[in-house]
Amino acid sequence: MTESGAKTLRDVPVGSSAKVVKLVGEGAVKRRIMDMGITKGTEVYVRKVAPLGDPIELTVRGFELSLRKDEAQHVLVA
Amino acid sequence: MGLNIALAGNPNCGKTTMFNDLTGANQYVGNWPGVTVEKKEGKYKGDKSITVTDLPGVYSLSPYSPEEIVTRDYLLSGAPDVVVNLVDATNLERNLYLTTQIINLGVPVVVALNMMDLVEKNGDKIDVAKLSQKIGCPIVETTALRGRGMEDLMNTAIEAAKKHQLPASTMRFTNDVEEALGKIIDILGSRVKGDQARWFAIKLFEGEQMTIDGLGLSAGDLSKIAAIREAVENDEDDDAESIITDERYGIITDVADECVKKSTKGMTTTQKIDRVVTNRILGLPIFVVIMFLVYYISVSTVGTYVTDWANDGLFGDGWLYTGTEQYGADAEEYEGYQAQIDAYLEAAEEDGLDVEGFTAAIEAEEPTVEDEEAIENFMYAADSAGIVGELEVEDEDTGAVSIERVDSAAFAAALEQEEPDPADYGFYHVGVPVVVGGWLEAIDAAPWVQSLILDGIIAGVGAVIGFIPQLIVLFILLGILEGCGYMARVAFIMDRIFRRFGLSGKSFIPMLIASGCGVPAVMATKTIENEKDRRMTIMTTTMIPCGAKLPIIALVFGALAGGDYEDTWWVGPVFYFLGLAAIIISCIMLRKFKAFAGEPAPFIMELPQYHLPTVKNVLLSMWERVKSYVVKAGTIIFLSSMVIWFLMNFGMYDGQFGLLDPEVDDYIQYSLIAGLGNLLAWIFAPLGFGSWEATVTSITGLVAKENVIATVGIITSLGEVGETDPTLWSSFAAMLGGSSVAVMAFCAFNLLCAPCFAAIGTIRRQMMSAKWTWAAIGYMTVFGWCVGLLIYQLGGLITGEVAFGPFTILALVVLAGMLFLLFRPAPKEKGVKMAKTAENAA
Repeated sequence: MTESGAKTLRDVPVGSSAKVVKLVGEGAVKRRIMDMGITKGTEVYVRKVAPLGDPIELTVRGFELSLRKDEAQHVLVA
Repeated sequence: MGLNIALAGNPNCGKTTMFNDLTGANQYVGNWPGVTVEKKEGKYKGDKSITVTDLPGVYSLSPYSPEEIVTRDYLLSGAPDVVVNLVDATNLERNLYLTTQIINLGVPVVVALNMMDLVEKNGDKIDVAKLSQKIGCPIVETTALRGRGMEDLMNTAIEAAKKHQLPASTMRFTNDVEEALGKIIDILGSRVKGDQARWFAIKLFEGEQMTIDGLGLSAGDLSKIAAIREAVENDEDDDAESIITDERYGIITDVADECVKKSTKGMTTTQKIDRVVTNRILGLPIFVVIMFLVYYISVSTVGTYVTDWANDGLFGDGWLYTGTEQYGADAEEYEGYQAQIDAYLEAAEEDGLDVEGFTAAIEAEEPTVEDEEAIENFMYAADSAGIVGELEVEDEDTGAVSIERVDSAAFAAALEQEEPDPADYGFYHVGVPVVVGGWLEAIDAAPWVQSLILDGIIAGVGAVIGFIPQLIVLFILLGILEGCGYMARVAFIMDRIFRRFGLSGKSFIPMLIASGCGVPAVMATKTIENEKDRRMTIMTTTMIPCGAKLPIIALVFGALAGGDYEDTWWVGPVFYFLGLAAIIISCIMLRKFKAFAGEPAPFIMELPQYHLPTVKNVLLSMWERVKSYVVKAGTIIFLSSMVIWFLMNFGMYDGQFGLLDPEVDDYIQYSLIAGLGNLLAWIFAPLGFGSWEATVTSITGLVAKENVIATVGIITSLGEVGETDPTLWSSFAAMLGGSSVAVMAFCAFNLLCAPCFAAIGTIRRQMMSAKWTWAAIGYMTVFGWCVGLLIYQLGGLITGEVAFGPFTILALVVLAGMLFLLFRPAPKEKGVKMAKTAENAA
């Protein structure tokens, strides 16, 4: 679903932050990601990756959120 | 007054704790997003005319999850007079997002700003007055955990309800959106209540199908609304739903900037804990250690000890609490004397002495003069005949066998020994069956009444109650893990593995526990909030060999090897592996069915803050779960045990129908269950064990898996023998026609088919649907049958024990069907490997 070349939350290295540009996809998954506070302009910090490499843990709006890398791909960042 | 107060808020923000505090109800609270699945009602402690409703925790009022739909439908229904919106003050932005939706509903709202103590502790400051003005509704600061601010909150809520004081928020969307909403409100006109117009306008603007269907607007109105929506969407280059969400969060960010002063601090405590606990390297070892402890404490040590106590002590002969070592030593010594007596009497009998008369005299409860004379005569005769008994004695340390000679003096001394009474050694009580049995004997109850009560009712109820101690231990541990917030981390750590076969990381805990016992395992699935995942875990988790299935494996072990452990060490691991493979194959196959189809549930989950669980909450969670087990599972187990008892003990004997006498050899072949076995035996013929004996054995395994061993003992007329007894091995192998593939097929079927009644009852309780319970049991049984068929037919073909025939073709068809399900549509490498290994087990 991602436009080729666009940077997604999946590509953000652990320990660094990124600003959300846009959410792609539609329906429940996209809405759920947005409901949890990942919206345009939000600063997201990638805190860590789970021991087995997936999912990842983010800090967003002051709380800890985990989502899979596949779901992180819906979030375009800069 | 009859007011209705609804509690709404994010998952894990303290709603249920507040509900318990307000109503005094003992609801269980978990530090696990989504514990409250259905709404609960209670009466306010301070005024019984006020009803408090605890709604499921939700992040949003979107139409995508059942919890969200339940919550919004209730709030819109007009039933609540006021909504108390709980807001976790430590996580203000995300919590206020729900608030921005609730204030549109046209119901009076009071915000309870919860966990204010933590905010103060963190050094943050919230300008409550300003926040209240922005949101447009009263705010009360609370700390639900300590019951602070509750009365203030209730008074404010009652006042708001009485005045029907609607939120007057100053928060507005951007002009474009507000304009669009205004136009939609005009189109709606009087079709919705004025208070709710803004809510419906927003939903129509978002283009939410559920709302559109519910309102039944005309095609003309709908296209007008669509035009309004599209105009804004084109301007903003986004879909309307995202625009609204974006703007809501935008407004909240502004409000938070104005009202909250964050102290600039480094990592929070939770972040510090997680740096270690979910660490890339340490995360897994810590997880393994915690899981091992849970398993070890609840299944291996404490659990086993208390379960043994319940089964052998309470529902067995009796239990000695203290002085067990001394009692054990004395009991062993006494057994030695008994062996001496037996050896001596055996020698005496060979010599032609009247041993029978002697034993009768010795055992007489009130010895008469004749008895005493008989004893004296026997002793004299034996002594003068110079009888010497020979006894094989094995040295415990060296294992060397020596012959001990028992002469008349030793015999007389051995006779003097009294059997040690456990009651003399410490605190001891006799079991319920002993007491009840004695009582039934005393009132001279009919044999069938005694059998019904002792073997049917007490054995059945005992089977239920026997699990309780273990469940208590397990649920306390799980309650602590949930309460402190670690359970969400378990899902985080294990998700990668379980997603592969369509489950989530939360399925790990039930499967681990299943290796101890299926009953708590099925109960533990309660922590999986996704319904599909939960059902699938319930359906497969009992395929792991539990503690009670181990004797069956041991029996097969013996039957295959004839006691040669060296060559058959692989049998045990193979069946554990078979269980694991069965779960993986089942999950992949089940995903291909409509009921489980679709993408795995998204894993967008909050990792809640750690906090120490309160003792009250841990105990409540344990009590709720144990109680539901006893009530629901108990009734099913009880009834089923009675039916099996009836089938086993009644039948036609000597042309008469009635209770069978267990003293009669092979009595079971006259029983109803033997008839049932004959009726059903054909089903198992393709699996290589189509005899009524093997069928009956499998049926009794339903009561409890360890019954399989007891039934083999009864059927083969060996009586009470253990699974380690070689005579049982050989007669068991003979029962199955001496075919080793049939033995393997029998074992595979019994391990994979429907679990025991206790587990079935628990499945019924967890599925909360008869249809799903039957689907689960049906699936397990059919799957077990298919695996048995594959093992016997294809395995037999390879070893040459089974000739090619119609059932071989059936087996190939089944195999093809399973492979088809495994590979369609996306082939998964894992599935192939596992399927092959399962066959290799044959």
